[in-house]
Amino acid sequence: MLTTEEKHKIDHEISLVPSPKNACIEALKIVQQSHGWVSDESLKDVADYVGMSSAELDSVATFYNLIFRRPVGRHVILLCDSISCWVMGYEGIRDRLYEKLNIQYGQTTEDGRFTLLPNCCLGTCDRAPALMIDNDLYRDLTVEQLDEILEKYT
Amino acid sequence: MEKPLTQHIVPGRAPLSLKEYEQVGGYQSVRKILKEMAPADVQDLVKASDLRGRGGAGFNTGLKWSFVPMGPEAAKPKYLVANADEMEPGTFKDRVLLEGNPHQLIEGMIVAAYAIDASISYIFLRWAYKVAAREIIKALDEAYEAGYLGENILGSGFSLDIYLHTGVGRYMCGEETALLNALEGKRANPRAKPPFPQVSGLFGKPTIVNNVETLCCLPHIINNGAEWFKGLSKTGDAGTKLYGISGRVKTPGCWELPMGTTIRELIEEHGGGMQDGYLFKGLLPGGASTDFLVEEHLDLPMDYTAIQAAGSRMGTGTMIILDDQTCPVGFVHNLQHFFAQESCGFCTPCREGLPWVEKILLAIDRGEGKPEHLLTLDFHTKYLGPGNTFCALAPGAMEPLQSALKYFREDFERHIHEHHCPWSKAKVWQPSI
Repeated sequence: MLTTEEKHKIDHEISLVPSPKNACIEALKIVQQSHGWVSDESLKDVADYVGMSSAELDSVATFYNLIFRRPVGRHVILLCDSISCWVMGYEGIRDRLYEKLNIQYGQTTEDGRFTLLPNCCLGTCDRAPALMIDNDLYRDLTVEQLDEILEKYT
Repeated sequence: MEKPLTQHIVPGRAPLSLKEYEQVGGYQSVRKILKEMAPADVQDLVKASDLRGRGGAGFNTGLKWSFVPMGPEAAKPKYLVANADEMEPGTFKDRVLLEGNPHQLIEGMIVAAYAIDASISYIFLRWAYKVAAREIIKALDEAYEAGYLGENILGSGFSLDIYLHTGVGRYMCGEETALLNALEGKRANPRAKPPFPQVSGLFGKPTIVNNVETLCCLPHIINNGAEWFKGLSKTGDAGTKLYGISGRVKTPGCWELPMGTTIRELIEEHGGGMQDGYLFKGLLPGGASTDFLVEEHLDLPMDYTAIQAAGSRMGTGTMIILDDQTCPVGFVHNLQHFFAQESCGFCTPCREGLPWVEKILLAIDRGEGKPEHLLTLDFHTKYLGPGNTFCALAPGAMEPLQSALKYFREDFERHIHEHHCPWSKAKVWQPSI
């Protein structure tokens, strides 16, 4: 069930576009913001609300990298794996994260704290390698900094 | 040296507030066009300035606008979209403008919207630019408050609303028709052209999509004129350009310089030269989807004309350096992994061809390559080239591949003959997931 607050926010997005369907990505973002991801149930709720079939909405949801159709941890680590970060040795960062968190790409730590995902170029190539945790950007990364960075997220 | 676009941007300092921006001449161009110029005058001036699209395609901006139907009979509302979905790997120039001076972008958007008589505008911002989003929201609030946006701007009768739209991540959204689909709440597949967006774009209405840097040039062209803008350049392509360098140079970064600054000057003076212990081997001049240039090209001016004549494209103007200790096969494999992953899957050659290319490159990089693999790669560079796919993604992906096969073919052959990557100790690429 969509909450009253979610409906209120979605209604605002619908008011800005010609047809409710046009607001479906915004609606998915709103639901993801409150739940952390978009479950099958949430997907159906949104589809009903904007007047689409679940299948049609899922074809949109699964197209975009940052709509999560599986549960994620409390914090999502997005590690840039594009060219400048590769040249500057992001794999060392990746391997250290694998080891430290005991997970690989696409997985969540057992305590539900972190999900680790690869990500396309973060647009900060002059300060590679780079990663984002939630809304925070970290650049000029070295393996040595990782402990201190991860500690900030509980 | 004049740096109109970045003159008020100081790294590490908050962008100018509206008041501060007005004190240094901000929004003068809006006052000027609303008072003295008709939309057609603005179009003519920008056409005469030779401003070319800074997103990579390099099309004349005023000419692009001129395809929008004008007059009372034209379909309404018309839309202007600022393409701030900077996702070309190796590109980080629009971030500088968005985080550093959002009012300049808003001012440029008002000019562009006025020129095509658009009443609704979107900033399509990539999700990763959190600081930019915060600063844009702040600047939009200030601009509305001051009457530069909304109904009847400065009493002129012209009205414009600007909305910030943050994307949810997909390289395809940078392609203008795919971007429009994303804005409409659809999968970001590209659209067939014609009809061109200028005639039938967002929600089927006339739409212009311009890059952030392009839009930021507009206030300065209005204030200072077409001849001034052309005079900023060292060559025949007008204006300044935000150039960037990433890779193993001493001081990577982004700088606004006269259009046509040479590659050598960019690398040696601004990038500080190669890092100690690393030698230059090649570069991609303007993002992942441009052809390699090598030593012999270093004295070329970085502009649309000269780089195209050398067989590549200036693209976004932010170059990625390949050094001698980085494996060119691994480098190109990383690029093709990106393109294969970001293909929207709509057309078969791109959806099937790019993963094939990626797998072959991985095999070669692991020492499992066969001589015939190079022929298969050559084949793909032709059959995924312009004209064989629905949009420019796969042809763009083939640019670094075809030029790597041309300039670094020996390195590919060594992998195959020696059955291992000669750089393997330095770098081994492993695919994500």
